[in-house]
Amino acid sequence: MAQALSKPGGTKRPAPLRKPVKALPFPLSLGQTAIGKKWLMALTGLGLIGFVVAHMVGNLHVYEGPAVLAEYAETLRTLGAGLFPRGAILWVMRLGLIAMFGIHIWAAVTLNAMNVKASPTSYAGGRDYIAASFASRTMRWTGPIILLYVLFHLADLTWGWWLGDKFVHGDPYHNLDASMSRIPVLIIYIVANVALAIHIFHGAWSMFQSLGINNPKYNMARRGLAAGLAGLILVGNLSFPILSAAGLTDEDNRKCDPYAENVLECLEEQLVEEH
Amino acid sequence: MEKTMKLTLKVWRQEPGQNGKFQTYEAPGISEDMSFLEMLDVVNERLIEEGTPPIVFESDCREGICGTCNLMIDGQAHGPEKATATCQLHMRKYNDGDHITIEPWRAASFPIIRDLAVDRSALDAIQEAGGYITAPTGSASDANLTPVPKEAADSAMDAAACIGCGACVAACPNSAAQLFTSAKVMHMNLLPQGQAERWKRTENMVETMEEYFGSCTNHGECHEACPKEISLDFIALMNKDYVKSKIKNRKLSGQN
Ligand code: SF4
Ligand code: FES
Repeated sequence: MAQALSKPGGTKRPAPLRKPVKALPFPLSLGQTAIGKKWLMALTGLGLIGFVVAHMVGNLHVYEGPAVLAEYAETLRTLGAGLFPRGAILWVMRLGLIAMFGIHIWAAVTLNAMNVKASPTSYAGGRDYIAASFASRTMRWTGPIILLYVLFHLADLTWGWWLGDKFVHGDPYHNLDASMSRIPVLIIYIVANVALAIHIFHGAWSMFQSLGINNPKYNMARRGLAAGLAGLILVGNLSFPILSAAGLTDEDNRKCDPYAENVLECLEEQLVEEH
Repeated sequence: MEKTMKLTLKVWRQEPGQNGKFQTYEAPGISEDMSFLEMLDVVNERLIEEGTPPIVFESDCREGICGTCNLMIDGQAHGPEKATATCQLHMRKYNDGDHITIEPWRAASFPIIRDLAVDRSALDAIQEAGGYITAPTGSASDANLTPVPKEAADSAMDAAACIGCGACVAACPNSAAQLFTSAKVMHMNLLPQGQAERWKRTENMVETMEEYFGSCTNHGECHEACPKEISLDFIALMNKDYVKSKIKNRKLSGQN
């Protein structure tokens, strides 16, 4: 029995589970307390949702064909061109993303450890959940799924580990098509994006609570907002693997051979022609 | 004729220093007008007559205002009736032949004293850390001397309804005491009388809470279990005050 028993006849208060810590200056002090960590989690979560939405919207270019998508990818690499070297701004954004991921995960892991310590005994007779949603109870599963998926996704479509010779750097349209033609990969994408939407559904509502954003006039809109956001992301993100597998973004009519030496120049020319 | 029913109870029994387990008891002749605790009294009377130690459970006012009663009934803190403490739960909610499982609150900081009674003094620790105001003593001041907006008075009153039963902790999968603490922090923070200690109170009570309990993941189970229906909004307000205080170290400067 992990739950402690008080000493017979003793009136002493149970020992605290954690010792008080000496407060560091703000904002480091936020990392020392659970509410502060939730705050950091909410802010980084908001940033990550921003990334997910931007990533999804940007990827919609896939429906405009290989040339436009390749141009979009190139635009990202040349953000701030003229002022900054190629790829510099993109890397700044990437580092920001990595930092947000890091803080979000660190807060989740440490808070989870705190919660496990605080509730070592479950109800032997079982318990009912009344308010806790499927999403809120599976955060600790959807979170790791998303992390593994992000790593998989990078290895798959950024580094091209598994596509091997089929991976063409700078031609995301082709890579997407090549990747989605493998059924197991397709399933991974679908499952992971469902997990992502579930995670965001609870995360978005939770964010309001954690940040203390509370306005009687808009409070009732919070759940709807979270559901709408999660739904939007789900539909957008699932469209890529599903429509690609369904053949909407196939390469039958493609002008530039993805395996030719000059595929990138060819795509550029095609873009000029199309305009 | 008065309707009586026969129930089967599965009750958690635990002696100090030993592992606990469920015991099954028959409870015949239960009137539907009894409260849940009266039903246990009837069972206990029979146990005492049989020479078995009675089931230890806590109660005091038996009218839903003291927060002493605390039972996990069929997996729900304070049982199936919404906005009701265990003592106000009536047997008319149940039918003849029902099986009822009764367990103590479970949390690392709620050690079991015996059977269904748990030590909730960790909640006192939170309260002591800041649940007070500075008030002038001496002759009573005139009524309505301090203007309080009606809305603030209303929501402070809603928060002050918390009876400190600990059902929120019991119902929380993380054993977080956020609902209790936020009610205790905000009923004072919302009123002019509570402003002097506002930031010190918020920081001290939150940090004491975190020494004993888990962290809030916004499941919302606490609100469903709460016999006083304390709103989750108070948790948001407490979070806001806490971080606000941290940003400018208001606990040290004492002012906003
Ligand atoms: S907030 Fe509700 S459940 Fe928690 S201690 Fe107060 S009255 Fe009990
Ligand atoms: S015994 Fe006082 S609230 Fe139930």
